[in-house]
Amino acid sequence: MVQFEVTVNVEGGLHARPAALLVNCSSQSQSKITLSKGTKHADGKSILGIMTLGVSQGDTLTVQIDGADEQNVANAIQQLLEQSSSNI
Amino acid sequence: MLKGIPVSAGISIAPVLRLTHETAITQAESTTPVDTTQELGILSKSVEQAREQLQKLKEQTEEQLGSEKAAILSAHIAFLDDPAFVGEMSALIENQQLVASAAVSQVADQFIALFESMDDAYMKERADDIRDVSRRLIRNISGGDTVISYPEEPFILVAWDVTPSETLQLPLQHVRGIVTAKGGATSHAAILARSLGIPAVMGAGDTLMEKVDSGSLLIIDGTSGQLIVSPDADTLAAFQEKAAQEKKERQWYEAIKDLPAETTDGHRVHLMANMAVPEESDALITSGVEGIGLFRSEFLFMDRSTLPDEAEQFAAYKHVAAAFGDKPVIIRTLDVGGDKHLPALALPQEENPFLGFRAMRISLARPELFLVQLRALLRASAFGRLLIMFPMISHLEQLREAKRLLEQAKAELRAEGIAFDENIAVGMMMEIPGACLQADAFAKEVDFFSIGTNDLVQYTLAVDRMNANIAELYSYYHPAVLRLISQVIGASHRAGIWTGLCGEMAGDPLATKLLLGLGLDEFSGAASVMPKVKERIRSTSLEEAKQLAEHVLTLSTVDEVVQYLKGKAL
Repeated sequence: MVQFEVTVNVEGGLHARPAALLVNCSSQSQSKITLSKGTKHADGKSILGIMTLGVSQGDTLTVQIDGADEQNVANAIQQLLEQSSSNI
Repeated sequence: MLKGIPVSAGISIAPVLRLTHETAITQAESTTPVDTTQELGILSKSVEQAREQLQKLKEQTEEQLGSEKAAILSAHIAFLDDPAFVGEMSALIENQQLVASAAVSQVADQFIALFESMDDAYMKERADDIRDVSRRLIRNISGGDTVISYPEEPFILVAWDVTPSETLQLPLQHVRGIVTAKGGATSHAAILARSLGIPAVMGAGDTLMEKVDSGSLLIIDGTSGQLIVSPDADTLAAFQEKAAQEKKERQWYEAIKDLPAETTDGHRVHLMANMAVPEESDALITSGVEGIGLFRSEFLFMDRSTLPDEAEQFAAYKHVAAAFGDKPVIIRTLDVGGDKHLPALALPQEENPFLGFRAMRISLARPELFLVQLRALLRASAFGRLLIMFPMISHLEQLREAKRLLEQAKAELRAEGIAFDENIAVGMMMEIPGACLQADAFAKEVDFFSIGTNDLVQYTLAVDRMNANIAELYSYYHPAVLRLISQVIGASHRAGIWTGLCGEMAGDPLATKLLLGLGLDEFSGAASVMPKVKERIRSTSLEEAKQLAEHVLTLSTVDEVVQYLKGKAL
């Protein structure tokens, strides 16, 4: 299992479009992906789950990934969340 | 306090039923036993359909408006792939034995509540995306038709908008009022509300749905357009008093309902009622009207995927003809198009539907369908006193062609030995200014005219009656409209035929003396307003009305006409 913290840089936070991109990225993976903001958790493959976390630009997320390709997915997700443009 | 456009008079006080299509369907279907496998199949089919629809829409949007606008549709598609969304719906079907539509709306409601509780304005708005997608799923599940079930107790319906079919499906014994965010006084839903005597306020604005919750007490004043949610005790008492006053007035009208519509100097006119569905006829007979001035046959055709055949139409027309006995019933042939859609005919989307393929234009283009209706009407004419009326005629050739088809239907029936009224009267709507200007020519070829002011105003003044932005320009008191009415009545009398009026104007007491003075022979409006019209007729002389009309025809503006009529009404 991989776990890391990341500060979300995406302009405007994780609204529909970046959330959709994040889901695209996680859905290609076999691993179980969980995003947590404070006490709230969301399935990384659920766009609604991610959106309802209410992640703003500058928020810190904890990402947990458990599965065969966890390391690759971790890198991809981290990269995505750290990008500043929402127009990824 | 909220305010909308007052479209159907009367005060109502009752709890709100806030209608979104999702909740309506949940109520409708959740009582039936559920086949889990079948419901899962229905859900998955609906999801697949939605995915295809959204994909197509997304491609179109990308092409026309660019990828940024299309991105929102990507999010909608992503919702469909979301295990927390569709997965949760499947789980509900399996674990709680819900029907598919109920599962959709339950999951949607959870997410809507979640998004709406968020601080971020952008996220709050995402509730609308959930609504959009879930409504799409439910539409797919119900095959585009919504089945609505209503509570078995008094309620005021509050909705974004109400279609004519939804208005017709309302349980008349329980619905106390209709309030919508969109729409206006001349929409067909509004006309129906008036004809059914249901107080209604429409066009209350987009914030309506946020400010009104199901179950809260609502006062609606269909005369002023006022809406009061959860009134305090004083306000409630004041409106209860006002409602009681209204009731007294209605009782007074009730008392004069069997007296003739006759002026003080003995001039007799005829008061009739407009009707949409055959089921209304029994209620109308007891309301004191002398017949039906306008039976809108199109409501037999709407909200269904197949056309009614001759037997079904015959049964409906016969029911009305027989119910009224020797009282006249004027049946208008199919008048669809414009704002009235007909799924069974798959009419094309048009840029200008009110100037497009509608009413008689459709009937003449599809004579095989028109003949079915004419045969059904003729057959029913053997059971009462039916009159046939053709809508939307602008050219004399159209009238002649319609009459030729009527003769063809008669010949068929004669050959088949089927009885019908050989002398059935044939009339036409006067609702296109061009036809009104040529009324003398038309008068030679029909038995009567009926002026349709709703469309006549729209066409004379070039004012779309569905467009709230220009609603102020829409008035049947416009001098040009009044001149056309005067001209039509004059032409009919010179030709020895009579003229009726079956638009909203016929039921407006302020217009009664004027129409009487212009020589109108028959008034047909919503049954609920006709007693008031009768009182106006009975309290004036024809002489006085003629003088009033003569003066009104010299006035130049709507305002002058209205002020003058109001002055005379005192």
